[in-house]
Amino acid sequence: MPRKKEKKNENIDKQLANLRRQERWRRFKKSKYLYLMFLPVILYYLIFCYAPMFGIVIAFKDYNAFKGFAASPWVGFKQFQSFFSSPYFWRLLRNTFLISFYGLIFGFPAPIILALLLNELKDGWFKKITQTISYLPHFVSAVIIVGMFVNFLSPSTGLINNIIEMLGGERKYFLNDPKYFRSLYTILGIWTGVGWGSIIYLAALTNIDPELYEACIIDGGGRLRQTWHITLPGIANTIIIMLIMRIGNLLSVGYERIILMYTPATYETADVISTYVYRRGLVDADYSFSTAVGLFNSVVGFIFIYAANAVARRYSETSLW
Amino acid sequence: MIKKSMSRRVFEVFNIIILMCLNIVMLYPFLYVFAASLSSNASVLAGRVSIIPDGFNLEAYKAVFKYKQVWISYRNTIYYTVLGTFINLFLTVCGAYPLSRKYFYGKSVFTFFIAVTMFFSGGLIPTFLVVRKLGLYNTVWALVLPGAISTTNMIIMRTFFQGIPDALEEAAIIDGATDFQVLYKIILPLSLPSIMTIGLFYAVGHWNSWFGAMIYLREMKKYPLQLILRQIVLQNQVNELLSQQAGTTVEETQSLISETIKFAVIMVAVIPILCVYPFIQKYFVKGVMIGSIKG
Repeated sequence: MPRKKEKKNENIDKQLANLRRQERWRRFKKSKYLYLMFLPVILYYLIFCYAPMFGIVIAFKDYNAFKGFAASPWVGFKQFQSFFSSPYFWRLLRNTFLISFYGLIFGFPAPIILALLLNELKDGWFKKITQTISYLPHFVSAVIIVGMFVNFLSPSTGLINNIIEMLGGERKYFLNDPKYFRSLYTILGIWTGVGWGSIIYLAALTNIDPELYEACIIDGGGRLRQTWHITLPGIANTIIIMLIMRIGNLLSVGYERIILMYTPATYETADVISTYVYRRGLVDADYSFSTAVGLFNSVVGFIFIYAANAVARRYSETSLW
Repeated sequence: MIKKSMSRRVFEVFNIIILMCLNIVMLYPFLYVFAASLSSNASVLAGRVSIIPDGFNLEAYKAVFKYKQVWISYRNTIYYTVLGTFINLFLTVCGAYPLSRKYFYGKSVFTFFIAVTMFFSGGLIPTFLVVRKLGLYNTVWALVLPGAISTTNMIIMRTFFQGIPDALEEAAIIDGATDFQVLYKIILPLSLPSIMTIGLFYAVGHWNSWFGAMIYLREMKKYPLQLILRQIVLQNQVNELLSQQAGTTVEETQSLISETIKFAVIMVAVIPILCVYPFIQKYFVKGVMIGSIKG
């Protein structure tokens, strides 16, 4: 008897496995057009995302375009060592970190404040126009924005210098002076991004239940109390998420705007890791070395975002994952 | 009670004043550039231009119009934007539709395959080497193929597609429609506004991009507008530009327009954006909201 039962079970298992296989095959067949459609997408990701990822191994090689990818000799951590011991290492790290840090301190709160101010306006044409105007710089290319900025700061004809002279000051060549670069970069960043950045907070603000405000008013809460106890907690989750991302990106300063803005005279304070990678890699064609520098940057960046997320998960209910 | 409403009113007035100042700070650079482009060089150099042109003339625009390279690059930019956006949308739809279908076999594997690329990337140099290895260097394809799919946009589009009621397509499938027909006849028409929004995102990106062109293009005749703009406005190649025109000596033109020509070129590049911007702005805002909600 027990033996027979076992056999029966085995049979059932077999049948089930069979059915499952059939079901899989059916779904697979049903998806055939979807695969056809998806094929170019897979190719795209393989060629332009995964191939470069594997290309990172040249950071451990001494890549030579003539020898080719496979024949270039392995050199282990030599490229990293030469980066860590290079005189630029600390300068790059400091600049990257400080530029990000300025952005975090001044650039991060700016859209939140703008969103709160906009939120206090009654819906109407003024609100709409203010929003439209403040989003505008986001749509204008970096070349134009930096171009206008450079013109405004120009030592001979710039508006800012004209005003300084009118007030009795001395004309300054702002963009050629390492002292001012980080501040100017931060200001330009705020000017470009404040409006666009406020959208996400405005969206969060519209989700706050109006009844909460009514309750607060009945309890005698003034405008400031309402902001402090209802509005800010209402958008706290959004703020935390944005903050995690910001901290996680502390070491990934974009190169586009800096390349447009800096000059060899301001490298001292303006040169960041990504612009250094660009110059060493694409201007000097030092591929292995610059890939190693880039890899170092991504690894440290990944540690940052992981840590920021861990902290957020520990101390609040919000986290990226 | 009266006191409270008083302080409230003071706050409101201040708020409006602050935001007005903000509007001025945001708009003034554009107004100034516009005014300066219509002024005489001497007035610009002397700082007599505010938002009203001083010594009104169109010399700078005439000079820009005569410069062939500006128009070649203008045409290039339009071409790259149209071609690039078309490829973007085609591939994004091809990726978003299967991922939005419940019965797509292997969906989770593919989702993982794509999500990995959001956290890890090869970086600038390996990507450059791959593009060069493929023989795309100094071709249009180097500008439109890398970055042909923005994963975020694809996820937004997938979410749109998922939101379309199943009943519609089930009826079509019972009638024997294939996936291609369902996509073409039902999904695409129903999500046209969102596809347009994502298309606008891509198009503005192409219009404003310059870095890809700088590293991948060698020949000047292939340069997009932004790159020419960079040469003129940021690298001060105005004189070189003018000396290419017959009949004018460098000194002559320099005294006339060299400063204002920069402003005129900026205006020529920014006017198309300024013209369409107020109309498309609301679509962008919608796009950001949807993207942010789905995180």
